[in-house]
Amino acid sequence: MRSSVIIFPGSNCDRDMDVALKKFGFKNQMVWHNDQSIPKSDLIVLPGGFSYGDYLRCGSIASKSKIIKSVIDFANSGGLVLGICNGFQILTETGLLNGILQQNKFLNFICSNVFVKVKDKENKYFKNLKKNLLELHIAHNEGNYFCSDDELKSLEDNSQIAVTYCGADGTENETTNPNGAIKNIAGIFNKNKNVLGMMPHPERMIDKYLSGEDGSLFFKNILDNFK
Amino acid sequence: MKIKVIVTLKNGVLDPQGKAIQQTLNGMNFGNVEDVRQGKYFEIEVKEKDEKKAKSLVDDMCKKLLANLVIEDYKIV
Repeated sequence: MRSSVIIFPGSNCDRDMDVALKKFGFKNQMVWHNDQSIPKSDLIVLPGGFSYGDYLRCGSIASKSKIIKSVIDFANSGGLVLGICNGFQILTETGLLNGILQQNKFLNFICSNVFVKVKDKENKYFKNLKKNLLELHIAHNEGNYFCSDDELKSLEDNSQIAVTYCGADGTENETTNPNGAIKNIAGIFNKNKNVLGMMPHPERMIDKYLSGEDGSLFFKNILDNFK
Repeated sequence: MKIKVIVTLKNGVLDPQGKAIQQTLNGMNFGNVEDVRQGKYFEIEVKEKDEKKAKSLVDDMCKKLLANLVIEDYKIV
């Protein structure tokens, strides 16, 4: 499976993502934001970080960069596009995903492990995943997902909510919501479920000695579903 | 020509910074501050002499970049 990771000025999870993808057998290439086109890919990843210093709104400047038109065309033709953290913010700013990531409710930068519940498995990311809860890592200041009531209803009606924050036992409530996100939302799909944006970092959970291995399950699952 | 734009959060959208500022002001004995909403202010120098045209250009900029209409309103002043 071929993948491309887009690097923006200020991206800082691009190389972690490269290491993770290659570890599980993706043929990964790095693509600079100023390039016009993306090499032939089966998956495009927008990595975490602080593209353009988070100026104006997180992800807003990156969403107008040169390479983005190719990413949008790729997504609209059904290609898999994964946005992690700042990548999720960029995807909402391009309009590929609904809503927006606002500043965390309690104004703090959050850096911690969290549990997320996989809400939908009828898609190429989570299909056949053996676990329903994943322990992943979050590190963000703007992860407070927000959308209008109509958009939320549409996300729910079309099963576009991908993952939600929960406790180790799967409880979803205010105490297991780290940033104030509406309905504990940690990640969503577009209507066709080929575009996934999520705040948690699977690329930080790929080594049992350093962190945990639930990220490994995530990447292996994408590969298995591609075969 | 200089065009000025104010971008604010829509009514009903949580503004945690505004809330923190309000609480701080209350703590500084400005007890009569009931609410604070924080926004952004832009001064945009447009190479255009016709004010109507300049404002229409800036309006387009607001829709496409300066404001995110999911949570923000803008006002050209």
